[in-house]
Amino acid sequence: MSKRKILLTATIAATFVAGSALAASRDYVSIVGSSTVYPFATVVAEQFGKSTEFKTPKVESTGSGGGFKLFCAGVGVEHPDITNASRRMKKTELEMCKKNGVADVIEIKIGYDGIAIANSKKGPELSLTTRDVFLALAKEVPDPKGGEKLIANPYKTWKDVNSSLPATAIEVLGPPPTSGTRDAFAELAMEGGCKSFPWIKQIKKDSKKAKKAGDKALSKQLKSKYKGICHTVREDGAYIEAGENDNLIVQKLDANPNAVGVFGFSFLDENLDKVQGSTINGVNPKFETISDGSYPISRPLYFYVKKAHVKVVPGVHEFVESFTSDSTYGDDGYLSERGLIPMPKEERAAFTKAAKELIPLSSL
Amino acid sequence: MNNQQADTAPRRAIDVINAGMDRRKRSEKRFQLLGKLSIALAIGFLAMLLGSIVSKGYGAFQQTYVKLDVHLDAAKIDAENLNKGNYSGVIKEGLRNMFPDVSGRREKRKLYSLVSQSAAYQLQAKVIEEPGLIGQAISIWVPADDEVDVFFKGHINRDIAEEDRRIKDNQIRWIDHFIEQNRIEKRFNTTFFNAGDSRNPESAGIWGAVVGSFYTLLVTLLLSFPVGVASAIYLEEFAPKNKFIDFIEVNINNLAAVPSIIFGLLGLAIFINFFGLPRSASFVGGLVLTLMTLPTIIISSRAALKSVPPSIKQAALGVGASPMQAIFYHVLPLAMPGILTGTILGMAQALGESAPLLMIGMVAFIVDIPAGIFDPSTVLPVQIFLWADSPERAFLERTSGAIMVLLGFLVLMNMVAVILRKQFERRW
Repeated sequence: MSKRKILLTATIAATFVAGSALAASRDYVSIVGSSTVYPFATVVAEQFGKSTEFKTPKVESTGSGGGFKLFCAGVGVEHPDITNASRRMKKTELEMCKKNGVADVIEIKIGYDGIAIANSKKGPELSLTTRDVFLALAKEVPDPKGGEKLIANPYKTWKDVNSSLPATAIEVLGPPPTSGTRDAFAELAMEGGCKSFPWIKQIKKDSKKAKKAGDKALSKQLKSKYKGICHTVREDGAYIEAGENDNLIVQKLDANPNAVGVFGFSFLDENLDKVQGSTINGVNPKFETISDGSYPISRPLYFYVKKAHVKVVPGVHEFVESFTSDSTYGDDGYLSERGLIPMPKEERAAFTKAAKELIPLSSL
Repeated sequence: MNNQQADTAPRRAIDVINAGMDRRKRSEKRFQLLGKLSIALAIGFLAMLLGSIVSKGYGAFQQTYVKLDVHLDAAKIDAENLNKGNYSGVIKEGLRNMFPDVSGRREKRKLYSLVSQSAAYQLQAKVIEEPGLIGQAISIWVPADDEVDVFFKGHINRDIAEEDRRIKDNQIRWIDHFIEQNRIEKRFNTTFFNAGDSRNPESAGIWGAVVGSFYTLLVTLLLSFPVGVASAIYLEEFAPKNKFIDFIEVNINNLAAVPSIIFGLLGLAIFINFFGLPRSASFVGGLVLTLMTLPTIIISSRAALKSVPPSIKQAALGVGASPMQAIFYHVLPLAMPGILTGTILGMAQALGESAPLLMIGMVAFIVDIPAGIFDPSTVLPVQIFLWADSPERAFLERTSGAIMVLLGFLVLMNMVAVILRKQFERRW
């Protein structure tokens, strides 16, 4: 009986040790991070696995913030080699990395992603300005009677916002606050419209002035006031959080011609028979307009590489080089067919060089 | 009082009953109707769900193939080094020869995108199998691109404006040419059943997820069955009746109702962060699902043990068996069908679970088929979740196809549980 017990304990212990030992040597690249970059990273990973003798990298979709948390947890094969992000790394995140021994991090920008505001083809095509978007969706808006006062958003229909728009109720389906798409939407679309009110813009200017003058507390307070005005989305039912699944939003738009949706450009591109993108400030969301920067709601996409892993995990450097080759993220690269908007040539060349020579990020 | 009763007609009990009879019958009927209605509603919803899944998903079991005539040019493919040949060049040449009037970079790219990127790998496999083909012209059926597949299956209307569809007018013209020459057809989609995940819908399959589910459930079964049954036997037959044991019982019952994501968080903290086990491995997934299914197995095993009449155990003890012998030779075999039923239902629940696996990195893009329990792997429900989130239109039907496969496994497992119960369960 006691022999059996010992044997059982030994087996269990051995399994755990074997598992840990296996974790100690990894022969595939481990990638985590943004769900927006996920569709692009997976395509490159698959292509890489098929065309080289390395194993196919494993790509996890954890969100940008979650990715940095895992990435910066330390050096060693149990930690990921690469993290994807739909925004730039924050200073605090780089500090966290350094604190945990992840000294050298290589930053690669891979291209741009547009955020489309779209509705069903059965409805009228909308021509919006960022100011319309802000007024339609902010929690509090400047009093329409004038003056520097905020009131709870009174607008019920698009026509209330802008008389040239149809008189349908404001009903916008979009991502929840945990999503990177939502951050970018608030920062680019809503803030863009918010800034068009001079007195709100003045708050930001005052904040900068205070910073220069050395009054950090005032600067912070003004900045958060500005952000609160510009980034807070109304909660009275006009903006509906539709989850992270963009396909679901497209289906809901198809069923409800009066609703408007906010989602990634690649989903607009794949579903052009069902939904139409609204023009923003007179520019239609198209491949070309996002690429040249004239479409206002677009954001850069990045990935970050741990230099310490390059020599340890086979295939890391090769994967990064394959990602940054022109046939991948160039103008005619296969990622452009998936909806990634390539960077201009000179910018691309800089990142291709950074990837080849593994030039680490010095500061943000 | 007596006088009054004598004046009016005597009210007997039966009259009261008769007066109320109609009302009672009506209410009885109403209740039955309500029951029937709710069952009809449930069946209606089930039919709607299944109908929507099947009507969307049956297309996933077919894939469009096109026939190409290619020349296996020895200049492009080196017989000495078959792995490095320019197979996609051969495929592209075959397409160009078919439509010699196509010119310009943009149009050529559109032409090349008619066939799947996996066509080159298929050609490579064929040549490696028969190296003698080099230098010859052959006909080969290769998978069409997912856009062509969706179009050929009739999911894209050719009457809508060109700019509104992903497939362009010239591509439709080429496809029509294929149709005229009988060079395009739908075939049974074997890739769907024997390939791992892919970002190209036409080369994506569920085999990787099925194998991952198998390993995960194997680990779960090997751990949760012995541990669950042993705890059930101890608690039911040996444990003293005291406050501490009561406390444990209450906790097991509570654990059965804990949201599964909590077990995922626990698994992340203990197995990955503390023990240093690899992320995304089906071993860790199995451990987490073990925690989740243990309460179910313990509770159902205890119910099965309790249903065995005590006289059987007492008879065994009476003829001199030790308590352990009485349980292992007499009680446990009789309780086994019930225990197995509970275990299978617990396993079916584990098979459909995806939330706890989110925390331990099993929600990931994994192409290679896992070869063991420590390899990175994913499971069927996670695969469905990942496909449902993909922008490509062709993944829509593959999502529903994978749901059908998962439902098939679940129905199969539940059927085994029902058969076990019907065949072997004894009633006293």
